[in-house]
Amino acid sequence: MSLLEIQALGISFGGVRAVHDVNFSVEPGEIVSIIGPNGAGKTTLFNMISGVYRPETGRVVLSGETVTGMEPFRLAKRGMSRTFQNLQIFQNMTVLENAITGFHLQERGPVLADLFNLPGSRRRARLAEAGARALLARVGLERAADRDAGSLSYGSLKRLEIARALAMQPKVLLLDEPAAGCNAVETDEIDHLIAEVAASGVAILLVEHDMKMVMRISNHIVVLDHGEKIAEGAPAEVSRNPEVIAAYLGTEAENADG
Amino acid sequence: MSELLQFVFSGITVGAVYALVALGFTIIFNASGVVNFAQGEFVMLGGMITVFAHAAGLPLPLAALIAIVVTAAVGVALNRLAIEPARGAPVVSLIIITIGASIFIRGASQLIFDKQIHSFPAFSGDDPIHVLGATILMQSLWVIGGALAVFAGLWLFFTKTLLGRAVLATSNNRMAAQLVGINTKFVMTLSFALSAAIGAFGGVLVTPITLTAYDVGLALALKGFAAAMLGGMGNPKGALVGGLLLGLLEALTAGYLSSQYKDAAAFVIILAVLFFMPQGLFGRKSTDRV
Amino acid sequence: MRISGKYWTLIFLAALIAVTPLFFPSGYYFRVGSLLFVNGLAVTGIVVLTGYAGQISLGQAGFAGIGGYACALAPVHWGVPPALAVVLGAAVSGVLAYLVGRPILRLKGYYLSVASLGFGILVAMVLNNERELTKGPDGINVPDIGLRGLLSDWGLNLTNGEFWYALTGICLLIGAWIALNLQSSPTGRALRALHGSEVAASTVGIDVARVKIQAFVISAIYASVAGSLMALQNKFVTPDIAGFLHSVEMVTMAVLGGVASVPGAILGAGVLTLLPQVLTVLAEYEQLILGLVMMGVMIFLQEGLVPSILRWFRGRDE
Repeated sequence: MSLLEIQALGISFGGVRAVHDVNFSVEPGEIVSIIGPNGAGKTTLFNMISGVYRPETGRVVLSGETVTGMEPFRLAKRGMSRTFQNLQIFQNMTVLENAITGFHLQERGPVLADLFNLPGSRRRARLAEAGARALLARVGLERAADRDAGSLSYGSLKRLEIARALAMQPKVLLLDEPAAGCNAVETDEIDHLIAEVAASGVAILLVEHDMKMVMRISNHIVVLDHGEKIAEGAPAEVSRNPEVIAAYLGTEAENADG
Repeated sequence: MSELLQFVFSGITVGAVYALVALGFTIIFNASGVVNFAQGEFVMLGGMITVFAHAAGLPLPLAALIAIVVTAAVGVALNRLAIEPARGAPVVSLIIITIGASIFIRGASQLIFDKQIHSFPAFSGDDPIHVLGATILMQSLWVIGGALAVFAGLWLFFTKTLLGRAVLATSNNRMAAQLVGINTKFVMTLSFALSAAIGAFGGVLVTPITLTAYDVGLALALKGFAAAMLGGMGNPKGALVGGLLLGLLEALTAGYLSSQYKDAAAFVIILAVLFFMPQGLFGRKSTDRV
Repeated sequence: MRISGKYWTLIFLAALIAVTPLFFPSGYYFRVGSLLFVNGLAVTGIVVLTGYAGQISLGQAGFAGIGGYACALAPVHWGVPPALAVVLGAAVSGVLAYLVGRPILRLKGYYLSVASLGFGILVAMVLNNERELTKGPDGINVPDIGLRGLLSDWGLNLTNGEFWYALTGICLLIGAWIALNLQSSPTGRALRALHGSEVAASTVGIDVARVKIQAFVISAIYASVAGSLMALQNKFVTPDIAGFLHSVEMVTMAVLGGVASVPGAILGAGVLTLLPQVLTVLAEYEQLILGLVMMGVMIFLQEGLVPSILRWFRGRDE
C-alpha cells in the first residue's frame, strides 16, 4: 500500500472533461512530478487531491483511508499539506505570523483561554513561535520575520509558503509550481529545499514547468495531456517517450502559430 | 377567491416596483461589482422631484421627465464622485460609501424639499376597475405596464444594440472589454444613469398609490436588494421574477397571516433562499480559482 | 514588542478615560463619555468579526436589541437582577449567533451582509410587534442596575453620570483587553488567516466554518453587552436599538477609525459619537454631514483614520 494513491480521478467543468481517469501513487520520501502542457489539468488535479474541488469520479486514498473530496482542513489533520501556484499568503500578517499559522493544529486550544490570555494560550503561542522561527531560518527568511508578508519578493514568498506548509510536518506535500517566477539562484535554493524535505521521508507531489528541475529531482514523473495520463515512469524513460515528445512539440507548434 | 385575487393585484403592483429597484441594482452590480444601497433614494427622488415640479405649475408629464433626468444626473454624479475614486476598495468600504450616499441624499432632500408626505394625482383618475369581485386601480396598471415596458426596452437594448452589448461585455469581463476598445468608463456612467432613471421612473409610477416622503428610500432599497438576491444577483430576469415574487409573498403574508410581519416573511424567505440556493433562483454558480 | 504594544494601548486608553473628566465643564459630559464607551465596546466586537476575520455583518444591532431588552424584561418577568440580565442577554445573543451563524456564514461579501441584515431586521420587527411583551415601538422602561446604591453603602458616592462613566469605561477596557488578547492568540491568528485567504487557512488545518462562527458569537456578545449597558443607563429602550441604522452606525464607526485594530475602531466610535453632539447646532444638516463623512473617509482613507494617519507619519519619516 502506498502512502498516497490516486485512483481513476476525474472532473469536468461545464461539460468539458478537465481531468479524466488519472491513476498513480506516491511513496514516502519519493518526489513525484506531474508535467504536461498548459491547460493539461495539472492544477485541477492538485485541487482535487487537496480537497479544494470535489472529484466526480475516482478516489484519493491517504495512508489506506479514502479521503476523496474531504475538506482541506480535514486533510491537513491527516498529514496533507500544499502550496499554491498563484501564492496564497496571508498578506495581512507578518512573515513570522504566516509561518506560525502553519502550526495551527499544534497551537490551537480553547477559545476562552485565548480570549483571557491564560498561561496555556501563551505557552501554545510561544511553542508555535519558536517552531516558526526555526522554520524561517531553514528557508532563509529569519531576518524578514517581522516584516509585512506583502513586502517580500516573489521568490521569498514562495519559500514562505513552503515553510508554512512544512510547519504542519506533513506526510504528503503538494507543491504547485514552487519555482515559477523565481530566478536561477532562487530556483536552486528551492530545489535543494525540496530534496532535503523528501530525504526526511516526506512524500512530495510536484507540478513544475522548469523541466531541468523536474528531471533533476524527480524519482517518478506523471505526464498529463488534455486531462489524461499519457505516460509515467522515471525521468529518463519519460523524456524518451514519443507521445510525451509529441504532446510537448504539439503545444510548441501551436505556440509558434499563435 | 376574490380575496386572493385582491392580494395578488396588490402584490404584483408592489412587486413591479421592487422589480424596478432590483433591476437598478442589477445594472450597477453588473457594470461595477458594487451593490448600491442608495438605489432606493433614486425612487424617492423620482417621486419627490415630480411632486415639487408639478406643484410649481409644470404639467405632470413634464414634471416626471424632469424628475427622471435630474435623478439620472444624480446617479452619474454618484458614480463620478464616490464610486470611481474608490475603485478596488474592499466590499465593506463600498457598502459604507453607498450607505453614506443614501444618507446624504436623504439629508439633502429633507433640506431641499421638506419632511411631509406627498403625492400627486393618478395618471388616469382614481376610479378602480372591478375584476372578478376584486378591484384594481388604474394606477396599478400603469405601474405594472411601466415596469414591463422597462424590462422589454432593456432586453432590446442589451440584445439588439451595439452599445447594449458593450455594456454586457464589460460586465462579463472588464479587462477584455477594455482590450477590444470598449470605453468602460463610459459604460459605468451609462449604467449609473440608466439605473437611476429606472429607479426614478418607478418612483413616478408608484407615488400616487404609496405616497412619498424624503425617507422612503431605505426600505425600498432593502426590498429591492432582497428581490435581486432572491432572483440571483446580476441577472435581469432574476430581478423581475424576484421582485414580483417578493411583492406577492408580502401581500399574501399581510392578507392571510399578519400585516405586521409582512416584511418579516420577505426576509425569512430570502434567508431560506440564501441557505439553500446561495446563488439565488437564476444566479450563475461560481468556482473559486486557486 | 507586540506584547508591550498591547499593554501600551490599554494604559493609554485607561489614562484617557481617567484623566478626561478633569476637564469636563459639566455633568452632561459624563453622559457623552459613557455613550462613547458603550459604542466603543460594540465596535470592538466588529473589529473581531470584520477586522480580524473579514466577515461583514449588518445585523449587529439585532444583538444589541436582545441585550437591551433582556435588561428590560428579565428583571420584571423572571425576577433576574438587572446586572445578571446583562449576562443572560449575552448568553442568548451568543446562542442565537451560533444558530444563525451556521447557515449564514457560508455566504460571502454582499450575500453575508444581506443575510445578517435580514436577521437584524427580524429582531427589530419582533421587538416592534410583540406589544404584550415589549410594549411595541414606543419602548419600555428598564429597571435601575442597583449597583450605585451598593457603592454608596461602601462609602463611594458617585453621581449617576459619574457612575455610568466609570462602569462603561471599565467595561470598554475589559472589552479592549480581550480583543487585543485575541489578536495575537492562536484563535486570533486563525481568524486573520481566513481573512487573508480562506483556502490557504483551510490547508493549514483551520476549520474555517468553525472559527468564523466563533468570531460571530464573540462579536454578538460584545454587541449584546453594549446594548444592555445602553438600556440600563438610559433606564429605557426602544426597538430602534435593533434597527438597521444602528447596525450601519456601528459598522461605520469601526471602519471609519480603522477596522483592523482596536484603538482605531474605538477612535471611530469616538468621532461618530461626538460628531452629532457638535452638530446639534446644525441639527438640520446632521444627515448631510454624516453621509459626507462616511463617503469621504472611505474614498480618501480607505483603511480608516488611524492606519492612514500612521502611514502618513511613517511616510514623512522616510
